Amino acid sequence: MSDSGQAIFDRRIEAEQKIEPKDWMPADYRKNLIRQMSQHAHSEVIGMQPEGNWISRAPTLKRKMVLLAKVQDEGGHGLYLYSATETLNATRDEMNAALHSGKAKYASIFNYPALSWADVGAIGWLVDGAAIVNQISLQGTSYGPYSRAMIRICKEESFHQRQGYEIMIALANGTPMQKAMAQDALNRVWWPSLMMFGPHDSDSAHSGRSMQWKIKLRTNDDLRQSFIDQTVPQIKFLGLELPDPDLKWNEERGHYDFGDIDWDEFKRVISGDGPCNRDRIRHHKKAHDDGQWVRDALEAYHQKKASASAA
Amino acid sequence: MKQSNDLYEVFLRSIRGVDHRHVGSLHADTAEQALTYARDVYTRRSEGVSIWVVKSTDITASQEQDMDSFYDPMDDKPYRHASFYVLPDEIDNM
Ligand SMILES: [Fe+2]
Ligand SMILES: [Fe+2]
Ligand SMILES: [Fe+2]
Repeated sequence: MSDSGQAIFDRRIEAEQKIEPKDWMPADYRKNLIRQMSQHAHSEVIGMQPEGNWISRAPTLKRKMVLLAKVQDEGGHGLYLYSATETLNATRDEMNAALHSGKAKYASIFNYPALSWADVGAIGWLVDGAAIVNQISLQGTSYGPYSRAMIRICKEESFHQRQGYEIMIALANGTPMQKAMAQDALNRVWWPSLMMFGPHDSDSAHSGRSMQWKIKLRTNDDLRQSFIDQTVPQIKFLGLELPDPDLKWNEERGHYDFGDIDWDEFKRVISGDGPCNRDRIRHHKKAHDDGQWVRDALEAYHQKKASASAA
Repeated sequence: MKQSNDLYEVFLRSIRGVDHRHVGSLHADTAEQALTYARDVYTRRSEGVSIWVVKSTDITASQEQDMDSFYDPMDDKPYRHASFYVLPDEIDNM
């Protein structure tokens, strides 16, 4: 008697083996992956906008080249992730349409504006830092193409956080105005960075099943705590004030305690009412529409070749 | 008699979860045949759990003599590497 697809799938998950595109998988596993992976891809791509704004205004040629290289990497990460999602039979057009209609989400942090040059430092340090904590864990995810995309992305991410922190060191050791700018960026970027890990485990709609299926290996709260623990010493090293008066080392827990996250703000921003949501989507649509002539030209070329070889 | 003339490139996944890697090529009439040949030729010692075969003519490859124009723009961008950013020892595990 041969085993059912479900039994084989369960055994593979149990044994921590990867699931590959041609394997049988439960419909909900596929659906969950498409949701999470496309959301991840959208985050990479929309995430280019706040930093992209500063490419033409970077303070030196070196910083400009670095920022350009970083933003270019994020576009590449989006591409790896869209391609990995396509192995689940989701099409790029469907994913784009879901992004534009608001059905698909992306990391809420990218709906905040990057107001000063210090934000570029804070984004690299904190936003990429938070993303790296999450992505290192996702290298072990149960879906093979997602796992391999994560391994590649983590390798490339290594410079993103360091260049951001380097900017922060320069500003924190600069003039009083520069230091104040660094502090202001930290204060604003801190909380949305913590929100990147998603709702508390007790309120997270998808967490339970994603953990069962080993799509996610660590919970939102667990990942968030790791990020906080690793980041507080980095804040202190900069000589900046902690952005949360409740950030205190808890000897008993062996972790930093921290204040309440404003989940109302999180919900507002993720569901479309952050400071920049409309701009981000409008800009994405425009970039897509502005590229129509390229797709038209490709199609015309294809047609011409086809009729030439038919003749 | 038609020659078994199509050349196929063979890719093997050694264990679940890793990428397929190119291991060599062989001649076959059809893709299915290439697959069974590949099993016989390249996995006699259970080297793989999955085989891909691709017609060699379906592969578009860059040429080594084009390396300069192809990769030259990458050579002067050390800032794409983490080691470009020198951080103090206390923070260097970043
Ligand atoms: Fe990212
Ligand atoms: Fe990225
Ligand atoms: Fe990044």
